[in-house]
Amino acid sequence: MKAAAFTYARATSVVNALELLAAHGDKAKVLSGGQSLMPAMNLRLVSPDIVVDIGGLTELRGIAVSGDVLAIGALTRHVDLLRSPEVAAHAPLLRDAVAHVAHPAIRNRGTVGGSLAHADPASEIPACMAALDATIVVRGPGGERRIATAEFFRGIYETALSPQDLLVAVELPLSGEGARFFFQEYARRHGDYAIVGLAARALVGGGQFTDLRLGFFAVGDRPLLADAARKLINVSVTPALLAETAAALAEELDPEEDQQASPAMRRHLATVLMRRCVAALLERPELETGGAW
Amino acid sequence: MIAPIPVSLLVNGEPIEALVAPRLNLADFLRETLKLTGTHVGCEHGVCGACTVRVDGEIVRSCLLLAVQAQGSSVETIEGLSDSGEIADLQAAFRARNALQCGYCTPGMLITAQDLLRQSPTPDRAAIREHLSGNYCRCTGYQAIVDAVEATAKTRAEQAA
Ligand SMILES: Cc1cc2nc3c(=O)[nH]c(=O)nc-3n(C[C@H](O)[C@H](O)[C@H](O)COP(=O)(O)OP(=O)(O)OC[C@H]3O[C@@H](n4cnc5c(N)ncnc54)[C@H](O)[C@@H]3O)c2cc1C
Ligand code: FES
Repeated sequence: MKAAAFTYARATSVVNALELLAAHGDKAKVLSGGQSLMPAMNLRLVSPDIVVDIGGLTELRGIAVSGDVLAIGALTRHVDLLRSPEVAAHAPLLRDAVAHVAHPAIRNRGTVGGSLAHADPASEIPACMAALDATIVVRGPGGERRIATAEFFRGIYETALSPQDLLVAVELPLSGEGARFFFQEYARRHGDYAIVGLAARALVGGGQFTDLRLGFFAVGDRPLLADAARKLINVSVTPALLAETAAALAEELDPEEDQQASPAMRRHLATVLMRRCVAALLERPELETGGAW
Repeated sequence: MIAPIPVSLLVNGEPIEALVAPRLNLADFLRETLKLTGTHVGCEHGVCGACTVRVDGEIVRSCLLLAVQAQGSSVETIEGLSDSGEIADLQAAFRARNALQCGYCTPGMLITAQDLLRQSPTPDRAAIREHLSGNYCRCTGYQAIVDAVEATAKTRAEQAA
C-alpha cells in the first residue's frame, strides 16, 4: 500500500523542528531514517497530517567522546555505529548488536534516535542502552531533559517522549578498562527482529562478576534489565547458583505470545542466553550446559 | 501543504527537476514519473528488497524513501548500473548460473550483490548470504544466486591480480 496524503516540512534546525512539533502536536510525526515510520505509513497504521523531516539536521549526527561520556547524535545511522572507531573502542556491544539490526540497505538509513523513539520491544539498540546505562537526551517545549533508559521506555512503542519532543542524543558512560560484553539473539533469519535477545555488560575481577547488567529484549513490553543478575555479583558462580538465577529470571520475565514464540519458549530461550552469557564472560564453558550437577 | 514540492536530483547521472506530492515514494517516482521500471515494487514496507537502489553510493529501499527526501541526491537504478557496464560480469554470471527465474527480485539482488563486492572483494558464502539477507527470491532457493556472486568475486579478484 501507499501512504495517505500528508504535508511535508523539512526542518531547518532543531529549534525549527521543535516549533513545528509544538504547532502541530500529535498530528505531526518526526521523520528520521523512515525505516519504521514509512512502513507504518505505507501500511496505513499511522497517517500523520504533517511529517517533519529532520534528516538534514547535521547537528544531530555524529559520535564523539567528551570526558567520560560517549555521545551519539540522534541521526547517527546504524551503519555509522558499525564503522565508528569510537564505538568499537568504548561501546563494542553496540557494534555487535547493530550487525543484527535489519539488513544493509536498512542500516544505511535507520538511525539510533529513530530506533529508541520507536521503542519496539524486540529491537536491539534499546536493550543495549539499558545494559550500557545510557542517558537519553530530549529537547521539548520546556527545554532539555535527560532521561535514564529505565524511565524512558514505557511499553510497546511507548516512551517518555511527548509529541512535542525531539530525541537529540544518547550518552553512554565510557566502558572503562576490563569491561566485558556479550550479545546474542535468537531470530528466524539474520536481520529479523529477535525472538529473544540479550545484550550484556560486565566487570570481572578474580573470577567473579563485580558488576553485571543483563539487558534482555523481546521478552516483554520493553527492554528489561534483569534483576536476577544481582544474584551473580561478587560471588563464586556455581551451577546451582546459575540454576537458581535462571529460575528467578524466568519468573521475572513477562513475555508476549506471538506468531514467533510462546511465553514459555521465550522464558526458556532467555535462560539459555543467560547461561551462555555467564559462561562466556567468566570464560567458564562448563557453565553453559549447567556443569556437573 | 499537501501541495507538490519541487525536487532536484541526479538520476543515473542525469539532472532531474520535478514537482512531487509529499506522499510519493522514490520507487514510484522512478517507475511512474521517470518510467524507469527496472526498480521493482514488491512489499512496499521494506522487507522484500525488490526496490533497492543506490542513493549517494549507498543502497537503500526506495519504497521507504520519499521522493522529496532525495532532494540533492544522486540516485542510481538498475538501468544506470546496466548501461554503464558496471555489473555486466555479474549479470552474465546470474544468467550463466540460472540465478533468476521470474526476474522480479533480480534488479535488487544485483544492486545489493554489487554493493557487497564493492565493500569486500572476496566475501565467503556466509558473507554473501548475510548481505543478501534482506532480498527475497521466491524462485531460485538462493543457491544459484550465491554461486553467481561468488563466481563474480573470484573472477574479479583474478583479473585484479
Ligand atoms: C525490513 C526491516 C527490518 C527491520 N529489522 C529490525 C531489527 O531487526 N531490529 C531493529 O531494531 N530494527 C529493525 N528495523 C527498524 C529499523 O532499525 C529502523 O531504522 C528503526 O526502528 C527506526 O529508525 P529510523 O531512523 O528509521 O526512524 P523513523 O522510521 O524515521 O522513525 C521511527 C519513529 O520514531 C519517531 N522518531 C524518529 N526520530 C525521532 C527523534 N529524533 N525524536 C523523536 N521521535 C523520533 C518517528 O516519529 C517514528 O514514530 C527494521 C526495519 C525494516 C524495514
Ligand atoms: S518494495 Fe521496497 S522492500 Fe519490498
